[in-house]
Amino acid sequence: MRSYVPGYDLIQGTGIEHVLEMLGEYRPFAGGTDIMVLFEAGKLAHKNWINIRGLLALRGIDVTTEHVTLGPLTTYTEVRRSLILQQEFPLLCQAAEQTGGIATQNRGTIGGNIANASPAADTPPALLVYDAEVELTSSARGARWVSYCKFHRGYKQMDMAPDELLTRIRVPRRFKGWTHFYRKVGTRRAQAISKVCFAGLKRGGEVRVALGSVAPIPMLLHGANIGAIHPIDDIRSTADYRLTVARNLLEDFLKLP
Amino acid sequence: MSEHLIGRPVLRKEGVAKVTGQAKYVDDLHLPGMLYGATVRNPAGRGRIRDIAFDPGVPWEEFTVVTAADIPGENYVALILHDQPFLAKGVVNHAEEPVVLIAHPDRYLVEEARRRVHITVDPLPQVFSIAKSLETDKKENIIWGEQNLFKMFHVERGDVNQAFHRAALIVEGEYETGAQEQLYIETNGMLAVANPKDGVTVWGSMQCPYYIHKALLPLFGLPHEKVRVVQCETGGGFGGKEEYPSMIAGHAALLAWKSGKPVKLIYDRAEDMVATTKRHPSRTRHRTAVARDGKLFAMEIEFNIDGGAYCTLSPVVLSRGTIHAAGPYNCPNVRIRSRALATNFPPHGAFRGFGAPQSIFALERHMNKVAAAVGLAPDEFRRRNFLHEGEQTATGQVIRERLNLQGLLARALDLSGYCAKRTQFDKSNSGSPVKQGVGFATFMHGAGFTGSGEVALKSVVTVEATRAGHVRILTASTEIGQGTNTIFSQIAAEALDLPYDQIELAQPDTAEVPNSGPTVASRTVMVVGKLVEAACVSLKQLVGAKNGDFAAAAARYFEQFGKVARASSEYQPPPGAGWNDETYQGDAYGAYAWAVYVATVSVDTRTYETRVDDFVALQEIGKVIHPVLAAGQIEGGVAQAIGFALYENCVWKDGRMANAQMTNYIMPTSADLPPIRVFFEENPYAYGPAGAKGIGELPMDGVAPAILNAVEHATGVSVNRIPMTPEILMQAMLEEKHG
Amino acid sequence: MAEIRCNVNGVGRTLNVLPMARLLDVLREQLRLTGVKEGCGEGECGACSVLIGGELANSCLVPALQADGEHITTIEGIAIDGKLDRVQQAFIEHGGAQCGICTPGMILAAISLLKRHPHPTDEEIREGLAGNLCRCTGYMRIFEAVVHAVKPA
Repeated sequence: MRSYVPGYDLIQGTGIEHVLEMLGEYRPFAGGTDIMVLFEAGKLAHKNWINIRGLLALRGIDVTTEHVTLGPLTTYTEVRRSLILQQEFPLLCQAAEQTGGIATQNRGTIGGNIANASPAADTPPALLVYDAEVELTSSARGARWVSYCKFHRGYKQMDMAPDELLTRIRVPRRFKGWTHFYRKVGTRRAQAISKVCFAGLKRGGEVRVALGSVAPIPMLLHGANIGAIHPIDDIRSTADYRLTVARNLLEDFLKLP
Repeated sequence: MSEHLIGRPVLRKEGVAKVTGQAKYVDDLHLPGMLYGATVRNPAGRGRIRDIAFDPGVPWEEFTVVTAADIPGENYVALILHDQPFLAKGVVNHAEEPVVLIAHPDRYLVEEARRRVHITVDPLPQVFSIAKSLETDKKENIIWGEQNLFKMFHVERGDVNQAFHRAALIVEGEYETGAQEQLYIETNGMLAVANPKDGVTVWGSMQCPYYIHKALLPLFGLPHEKVRVVQCETGGGFGGKEEYPSMIAGHAALLAWKSGKPVKLIYDRAEDMVATTKRHPSRTRHRTAVARDGKLFAMEIEFNIDGGAYCTLSPVVLSRGTIHAAGPYNCPNVRIRSRALATNFPPHGAFRGFGAPQSIFALERHMNKVAAAVGLAPDEFRRRNFLHEGEQTATGQVIRERLNLQGLLARALDLSGYCAKRTQFDKSNSGSPVKQGVGFATFMHGAGFTGSGEVALKSVVTVEATRAGHVRILTASTEIGQGTNTIFSQIAAEALDLPYDQIELAQPDTAEVPNSGPTVASRTVMVVGKLVEAACVSLKQLVGAKNGDFAAAAARYFEQFGKVARASSEYQPPPGAGWNDETYQGDAYGAYAWAVYVATVSVDTRTYETRVDDFVALQEIGKVIHPVLAAGQIEGGVAQAIGFALYENCVWKDGRMANAQMTNYIMPTSADLPPIRVFFEENPYAYGPAGAKGIGELPMDGVAPAILNAVEHATGVSVNRIPMTPEILMQAMLEEKHG
Repeated sequence: MAEIRCNVNGVGRTLNVLPMARLLDVLREQLRLTGVKEGCGEGECGACSVLIGGELANSCLVPALQADGEHITTIEGIAIDGKLDRVQQAFIEHGGAQCGICTPGMILAAISLLKRHPHPTDEEIREGLAGNLCRCTGYMRIFEAVVHAVKPA
């Protein structure tokens, strides 16, 4: 443990109102699977946190004729087990299955995966191709919906004010009957951080493709145009590899029936 | 009467303690008034220390702070040479070298304080490759001694120059292996109590209590009896807890000495990865003369390893790598020149296989290349060149045992379905984006210390009869997961005709157990186990026991002499064994285990990922003492070696490991490994206990070349560098494609 | 400091903790449940696995405050009155434990797996244990132990 633990605070959020009131000075703490890693490494800059994990209002999966709506505290395990997601949004289930091990899946949340804003996160490419929207709520301005493809603005930068809480995520139920394709390329089969993460949907001539780990943010391509991605060299892989593999996977995906 | 125990899967001695969480590892110990220690390390690379500054705002008066100036004795880690300091003074030679030690009762505050010590270093030129370390004509490249050379060996047999003149065909190749982290799941740690009156006691995670004992003596200038080293339950070693624990023990003891309080010093994962030893990277060049009929005519091998910034164990690692470099082949003319070179990486050190996996990787890739050059299948080429009984290895060691490598190869190929797979994959691969391949390696591994090493060690084992009629084994050989406790108990129970559960093991504690040598070099069963057997035979004679009445005889002995019966045995070399340290000729090892490993792989040509689909590990190991433990050793070694071949990449940035986390240093998970199918053949070795030879390191040797040979079969692309990450394979495949 | 109430291995506890202290450290240091091991401190190796509300969790990634109101089981709570669980027994019999440092976490992962999949397939075993790293065994004996744990004796 490299952080000075007494220098950090974590308070219990008693309800959404309470959490919204405290935001700004405090930041939301959900599953902890990303925050704690930074904390242990002595790299967690923010000191004050509010625990939202117990807030029932932020859990659960709702289904209407138009949308499937997920509470941001929905864990990867819950995503994996959801029948409606398996049937209509299988890429989300596959992404959840390939995130960490069982223990991480039990605690890590989809809201955390979004708000942590890692370019290598596993669910964002799936959310992008499914045309997800996210709801942000603040005590001052109430709630607003943002198209997820406009949510990430730059490395770790989001269209989310410090006083806003991610309160819902929804995907439109219009991808039944499409071909769904997900491929996470890590250095090993389980417990890997992706080097390239590919999510694709197609029906007839229509194609939706999103990629993770190839740009500072998860990227939704314009059709099948891969020109927009600019991968980098880092300790996990090389720009060359990421670009070549992204191209190969795209080619493969386009060949699918 | 006990049943025969050798060859039976008795339950692991400390099994219950391990599955219930009761086994005590060093971090589980707690002493009243204990301080937590931390090491402040060189934040830069090689250079001169200009300044050490302590930030205000930290209650330094509450801390114990130790620098090189506080060392009561000599500031070197006693091992082979005395070049490595416990704490750097004046000059630092590598990133993360220890400079200052601090301790405080609040473990959180220690971490905070560690960040507030600032070491300023004026940089000096650095060397980060074998190639550059060899360029000693440039003065700035000389970073150790006069020539960056820790050690060199020269093995010569036959007339190599003449042979190359007359050669029908000469095949050359260059092969490289990377650093590999041992990645035992229990990080390193020590707990120390020390003061001038009582001396020094350390408890910790370790393989070799007497290595630490030897290192602490000059550090404190104390006599033998004032230093005590105790091994706690140890969560894996693989060589990584052979030499570096001496450093940590010294640090914990220095803090305890100065503070007068117990000090616990536990590395977290990041520190363990960034600061402790890794497998030596290597570069091997082969030049081989071969006759038209495929017979090896001459081998010229240049084997170089990167030792890092201090000598540590590099000479011995080099020795083993050198001796194994020409493999299990009969070649009349052999020249091996090898060097252990200095660079400015943290020192590389012991890791399962100890140089042999590096040189065997090169050899077994190269043998496939030579086979192709003479138009022979890899298996046929080896059949024509295998060693037989009566023939000699590269060091001129005459094989005196029954050796049937032809039979071993035939069985391994059969078990893996090698021939059918080769034909099938050759057909099915075209048109498929996933290419399958099958490949193998043939190799041997010598057990015990090299050459005269065991004679010099003079290992001793003691056994004693307890008053209850049980027998207690006293050795410094540590249980680190491999099964020392269990195997020794089986050997003793068998020799004494006692039930297995009446054998006890003394905790390795230098105040109590004799020096049975370090727990390394696949020597625990073969060498120390034999001493256990011999000591038990002496004990039985001493008390006058006949079959089945040991307990009664021991009780009679106690009544008669008023003390428990004790017997010891000391190492004796097998008769006729000879070794010349000057010429590096003779009997390098008492015995070799022999093996053929076969890998089946698939390569996804879209992602360049290689997956091992099936793995057959067949070996002749003398005698299997415990089938479950033996198979477990092989499986674990194969898994580590799959990591060595495909996944485990140390990313270096300015001489510092940049991916020192389990998230970014990738070892195989349960989802990554193929079925590892292990098979044994037995050919009892006359000087091993019940005929057993050593197996601990063997499985590390042949896996990587078998996999890369299979990848070459699958893709037609020859990669001679490991870890063969997808990035490296991609590069090779694209180069092949575009010429 | 914060006060939390939780149940650990069947015993109700009221603990004063730093709210961000790792559950791992609270269990090991305050309750001396040292069967919970630290292997990596980043949720990667699973040595610190415990069950929280019956579900597998890495205790190094759980801040103490989140243990409030929870039922926690560590390896020390698995054997009842000295009688080993079938998974523990199978680990000893089939060579599932070597150095033993991953073993407590691995056993909890296996128990949690068997709760979800009482008769797991080979794939399910591999996936269910993939968050628990073992450097000694190559996992083969661990798979065998899990398979034997569910076999009728």
